[in-house]
Parts: sequence; structure tokens; C-alpha cells
Amino acid sequence: MIHLEFSSNLQLCALKRLFVSINFLFLLASTVSAAMPPSSGNKVSEDGQWVRAAKDFASTRFSSLDQITAKNIKQLKLAWSFSTGTDRGLEAAPLVVGATMYIVMPYPNIVYALDLSKPGASVKWRYEPKPAAAAQGVACCDVVNRGAAYADGKIIINTLDVHTIALDAATGKEIWKTKLGEINKGETITMAPLIVKNKVLVGNSGGEMGVRGWLTALDLTTGKIAWRAYSTGPDKDVLIGANFKPFYKMDQEKDLGVQSWPPEAWKIGGGTVWGWISYDPELDLIYYGTGNPGPWNSEQRPGDNKWTSAIFARNPDTGQAAWAYQFSPHDEHDYDAVNENILLDLPIKGQTRKVLVRPERNGYVYVMDRMTGEVLSATSFVHVSTSKGVDLKSGRLIYNELTKPQLGKVVRGICPASPGGKDWQPSAYSPRTGILYIPHQNLCMDIESMEANYIAGTPFVGANARIYAGPGGYRGEFTAWDPVNARRLWSIKEKFPVWSGALATSGDVVFYGTMDRWFKALDARTGELLWQFEVDSGIIGQPVTYRGPDGKQYVAILAGIGGWAGAIVSAGLDARDASAALGTANAMKDLPQHTKKGGTLYVFALP
Amino acid sequence: MFSRCRKRNRVCDSCSCSVDVKTPNERSGFDNCISSLALQFVTLAILFCTAGLSYSAERELRVCADPNNLPFSNQRGEGFENRIADLIAREFGAKTHYTWWAQRRGFVRNTLGQGLCDLIIGVPAGYDPVLTTRPYYRSTYVFVSRRDRALALTSLDDPRLAKLKIGVHLIGDDGANAPPAHALSRRGIITNVTGYPIYGDYTEPNPPARLIDAVANGAIDVALAWGPLAGYFSPREPVPLELAAISPAADPPGLRFSFAISMGVRKQDVPLRDELNRLLDRRRQQMQKILEEFGVPRVAETVP
Repeated sequence: MIHLEFSSNLQLCALKRLFVSINFLFLLASTVSAAMPPSSGNKVSEDGQWVRAAKDFASTRFSSLDQITAKNIKQLKLAWSFSTGTDRGLEAAPLVVGATMYIVMPYPNIVYALDLSKPGASVKWRYEPKPAAAAQGVACCDVVNRGAAYADGKIIINTLDVHTIALDAATGKEIWKTKLGEINKGETITMAPLIVKNKVLVGNSGGEMGVRGWLTALDLTTGKIAWRAYSTGPDKDVLIGANFKPFYKMDQEKDLGVQSWPPEAWKIGGGTVWGWISYDPELDLIYYGTGNPGPWNSEQRPGDNKWTSAIFARNPDTGQAAWAYQFSPHDEHDYDAVNENILLDLPIKGQTRKVLVRPERNGYVYVMDRMTGEVLSATSFVHVSTSKGVDLKSGRLIYNELTKPQLGKVVRGICPASPGGKDWQPSAYSPRTGILYIPHQNLCMDIESMEANYIAGTPFVGANARIYAGPGGYRGEFTAWDPVNARRLWSIKEKFPVWSGALATSGDVVFYGTMDRWFKALDARTGELLWQFEVDSGIIGQPVTYRGPDGKQYVAILAGIGGWAGAIVSAGLDARDASAALGTANAMKDLPQHTKKGGTLYVFALP
Repeated sequence: MFSRCRKRNRVCDSCSCSVDVKTPNERSGFDNCISSLALQFVTLAILFCTAGLSYSAERELRVCADPNNLPFSNQRGEGFENRIADLIAREFGAKTHYTWWAQRRGFVRNTLGQGLCDLIIGVPAGYDPVLTTRPYYRSTYVFVSRRDRALALTSLDDPRLAKLKIGVHLIGDDGANAPPAHALSRRGIITNVTGYPIYGDYTEPNPPARLIDAVANGAIDVALAWGPLAGYFSPREPVPLELAAISPAADPPGLRFSFAISMGVRKQDVPLRDELNRLLDRRRQQMQKILEEFGVPRVAETVP
């Protein structure tokens, strides 16, 4: 490709100004290029910033910055670092707006603004939301935060104790603070907000606690709640109205959020919204998924349990649903459907389609028509034993009855295990390679004997999940996926689940981190490991790249072990307790030998 | 550092435990004030430890407990587990010191596991995350209904259960639930069952008690509840309620309705476990008296 030669020539260029202007020329070229699969929703030219967790509305996590290339990456060096002083999982993407970087920490959710124009990036301001201490006790897994969002001079953050806060990006002064839920009822927030037009979109966490899931839109200027769409309940609560046109017959009846549950069970049915939201400005639709149903066992909630483990397309101004689709109806395996939705325009069977690509927790990469909600293909990217595929006529996932968890029965070889083929960790897509880069895990589980457990003075019994490495014996993988032909191109096997996000760049290098403390860069086309850096604590964060005030391209990553998979280190779980952290501890028992708690922001650049 | 100090010096013990006096209802300002105070203590403790100073202090019984969960415990010391802790403290010639934390997922990990306290008064016998003492009582799940309804339910196989409005505690997903809830769904009894999240609303007193309230106020016909909770709250409701142990006592495969309850200490804390076992032998009668006073329904060892 032309650009590859271009960037290698650029390496020889010593003049920064020239560098930038050629870069700019290339950008112009790239936006008009017809050969590339355009990623709709974000056709603005590269501004070198990173203003939302997913980089663009289409959630590609692709940057057109191209100083760092396969040819020069061996010289990539640590430019500066910042100790966060935290010891819980760091899942957030750093934001870069102008000459300032913003990072938000896990509970107690401290925000730092770092001045990139100063050597070593000094702290410009620091904000402490002081969330209620009780939030720790009710958060399901780890007290993570997946990042902030920027628009209109404001940094927007969510806190574990269910508040959304707008800060003046320049000063860190609180502009508004809105309480969205009740921590004492088990609600928390861990997701990164998305700002669309004048709306801040926020969803809740806590599906294990008898919480009813919702997505809420707040007015960016005032913080007032504009609308709230529940994931369960009557159509009026779900914001299903006259414009609702789901593709499949199974989704077309009235009040399915009530009808597909035993009486009242929808009121505590889960379907929380703790993952990713995308936006297509042309169709004016937002896309997001919902968490697993709960807190009942599957046999105690007969029915499809709509709209849990599902996706919604909605109008961002009104919240009204355009369509919905359930990935895992009547979920039995904790397959939340909160993963990222990557909006692309791809040639499918000779025709350019507006699609939504989604590597789903149930083990399939879905390619959907994002105008209608039709599933164009669903292809497994990990070993799947819990289902046999998706019936494209009815849209239904075809479950495998043999791996159905049943009380008092040992069920072995449930793949993927409950963290899924992949969890929250977001993929990246490069329009230059046409490849989707999927960080994920390779875990299976057995459901074993029931043991007495204890909550609030009450003994109860539950199936013990024992999670272990899937076929091949490794636990994590970084997969390059061709979404057009629905096939794996190559993959890198990792010892532990790849719990970090991915980053793709115009330099044709992709980045990700591992729980055993390596920050890695691969050749975007071949997967060849080009560069790696050993950090202090395991990586479960989201790498980003930006152009610094000095015109140089930087790559940043927060490193700090934790999250569900890392809880064995960050929460000090007993590795001998196989079912701790919902069964993850068994799968991760050797992790403490590879990483310790910690928190550091690392920023890299060429010399 | 603390764990090393702790073994050497009891002074550090008491200091480190004040670090994490976290009450679920605490508001941030208060919490902050506590933390900074605690920090000073910790700094002091480190100084003492590193200096290798030692002086004898009164023994502390460091108990991990829920601040808002009667009849077991609360921050005002009104639960039977508070009373048992007092009894132990008296026997040990110690002062009781609590680390308060909602007894939910992560309770052991965040309290005992962090070395903030040494003893949990109630856990199921053989509970895996801890080392358990000999059981000191065994209770059962019970039917709770209004006396004026005269339902006289005793069996899970009673055909009336298909029609009655039934309430159970909801624990969470991942296959976990109260045994009667599992037993009902096995019998196809689903649509007439209401779940009361055991977590409830933590701003209210004793959230799990809402299940018993629901029987009294007629929201449900019958609750299937854990004995100690039912035994304590039933007499405190405005209308007379009646309790009956659930039969059969077990529902194979895998389900039983009675559980032996022990005390729990850290896995490696064999000396404390042994000390507690000796105390349980010695003070069996006093313990039973406390349980009696709180109306804890007790059953004999019947289940294999």
C-alpha cells in the first residue's frame, strides 16, 4: 500500500513541521479513498486527540496517527510515567483533549488532569468525588471504572456510588452532579459514559444484586435526566413505541419485557448496562447491549427474559427504541451482552452494508445490519459448546441441552465459561487492514457440587463453577478477525486472559497488554511481535494514542491488575478457593506469581 | 508489613483494625475523617513495630460483623452474635472490637482476609473460605405464615403450594439460591413465587426481614425463610405468625434445609480455633441460652 512506503519515507524526515503536513496530506487522501472500508460515524479528520474511550462514535479505537510504524517501533521508549497510587484494577482509557490528559481511577474514582505541555506531564488539577464507602461492599467484582468522556469543555465521569459528574475540563471544578441510582439497593456504575449531541448516556451495573438495568440520558449542560430506558418491564418503561421495528418475529410482540418472565420477576431481572455504546450520526441511532438476567436461577425464570443479554438501537434524543435483538435469550451462563459495537460499512456478499460488528460473550462474532437488526452472520471465534450456532431465519441462538447447568448435576465442558468468549475488553478495527483485533479469553468451566455459602446470616447453596483453560491449554488470545469473510486470520496465544483493550493505528501497528505485565505491539497485518515493554502490574486497561503538543505521537496505557479476572491479585482472593470471584480464582491461581497490585500510567514515544 | 507486625506485637493488631471501620451507611465526609484518624494510628503502629517496642495491652477480640442484620448482629450490639461475642470476650478477658462490613459477597475477603479482624461468629460448618470451629447450633429453613390463616404447612410436597403466594429470599445468579427456592422450582412451582432480594435496601434496618414483613402484611401467604431470621422477627410482627420446620429435611440431589453453624477464623489460625472449641465445650449452656432468648429454632443432627 502507498501509505506504507509513505511512512517509511517519513522516518527519514527530520523536520517536524514537514512531518505533520505530510501526515495531514495523507489524512485527506485517506478520507476520500474508496478502497477502504469506511467506518461510518466518524469521518472527521484525525485531530490527534482521544476524547472518548472508544476514540470515535463507531468504536473503532483506530487512530490515523502514523509516526510509530512497524519499521521504527523498536525504538519506542518510555517517555514518562505517572504513579496513580491505586491498587485496584485500572480499566480506563486515558483521554487526551488539547494539551491535557485526563485519567479516572477505580473507586474512590479520583480524576487527574495532566498537563502534557510540561515535562513529565505535571498534575494540572485533581478531583475527588468522595463516593460512599459502602459502594465497595456492593460492587459485584472489582471497583473498576472504564473511563471518562469529553465534550463542550466538560469532563464527564461516573462514580461507583451511582453518580454522574460534569467537571470543568480547564479547572476540575464541579459543574453538575446527578444521582442516578441507589447504591444501597445494589446499583453501581463502572462504565464509561458516551456523549452524543447534548446527551450524556450512562448505564448501571449490579445484575447480581436484584437490580433492574437501565440506560439514562442526561442533559450535558444541566445534568438533568432527559430519559431513562429500562431493559425489562412494559414497553413504556423500555421506551418501545410506534417506531420500534425489530427484525425478527420473536421480538415483535407487545410488552415482551413483562411477558417473557414469571410475574414480577422482571422488576429485579438484571439486564444492566455496564458496557459500551456506539453512535451512528447518519442514522442517528445509538447501539448498546444489556447484561445477563438475574438474580433467579435459569429454571426459576422460564421465558426469554427480555430484554436481557440483548442489544438496543435507540434514538439518542428521545431514547425511543428502533430495534432490539436478543443474543442469548433466557441466558443460563452469565453471558452478559454488553460488548462493544463496531460500526462499519463492509462489502457483504457483493453489496456494501451498514453493519455492526460485535464479538459477543456467547462466543460468536455477530455481523448485523445496523439499520434493521438483521443478523447477517454469527461465527464462533472461540470454542463454543453451549450452543450450536444462530438460526439466521428466526434469529435464535440454538442452545446445546447437554451443557445446560442443572442443580445437583455435574456438568463439564461448558465453553465458553461465564466470563464468555470475551468480556468487556474492547476490540479495535483498522480500516487500513480491514482487520478486527479482538482481545479475549479461552476459558471453559465445569459446574460441580453444591456447597453451603453464606450471605446476610443466611446459608444457601449454589453450583460451584470451576473455570479453567479451554482447548489448547492457554487462557487468553489476541485474535485478528476478518469480518467480511467471517474468519480468523491469525492469533497470539497468551498465558492469561487478554483483559486489556486493543488499539489500532495508521502506522499499521496494534497494541494490547497482558495480565502478566507485557505491553505489546504487533504488526497489524502479520501479527508479528514487534516490541514489548514490561510494566509493574498486570494490564487490563485500554491503550490510546495521541499527538502531543510537541507534534510527536504518543501511546498511553494504564497498568494495574484487577477486574474480574484479576481479582485474585487485586482483592487478595485465596487461590485455594476454586469458586472465589464467581469461579475465576481457579482459572487464575498462578496469576499472583506474575504480577502484584499497583497502578501506573505509562506513556511511550519515539526518541 | 501489618501481618508481620501483627504476629509480633498485639499493639499493631489493634491499630491496623481501626483502618477499616467501614459502615455501609457511612457518608463520605465521616468516612474520610475516620480514615485520616486511622491513618495516624497506623503511622503510630508502624513506628512502634519498627522500633520493636512492646508493652502489654489488654487482649482484643477482633470480630468481623454486619452492622445492620438482626437477629445476628448490628452496630448497636443487639444481635445474638454480638451477645456471643461478649460472652467470648469475657471468657478471654478481652475487649470486643468490631470491623463492620455488610455480610455479602466479599465479606470474608474484605475483613478476615485483610487481617482487619480475627473472628466471624456465624458461618456454616465447614465453610470453605475460613477455618471453622465445632458447630454450636443447627437450624433449619421454616414455613412462616399467619396464624389466622391456619395453613399448618409442613411439607414441600403439600399440593396447596402450587396455588399459594410464596416468598423466598433471592441470593443472586450463578446458580446460587436459598435451598427452598431451588426445591420449589424443582417441583415446577415458579409463577406464584416472589423473590425478596436478601440484600434488600441497606438504608433500611435489617433488610432480609422484609420477607417476614410480607407475611404479616399479607403480600404473601407463606415465606420459606431461614430459621433464626424467622424466629426473631415473627414475634415482633403486629399479627401472630406461626413457624414450622420444612420437611422433608433433605431434597436430594444436593439440597438440604438444615445447616450447622460454627464460628470462623483464618485458615491458619488453628490456636484461636482450638481456644474457641474449648470455650464452646465449657459454655455450651450459656450459648444455648442466648439462642433461646433470640428465638432461634434449633434442630437435632438429622441430615447426613
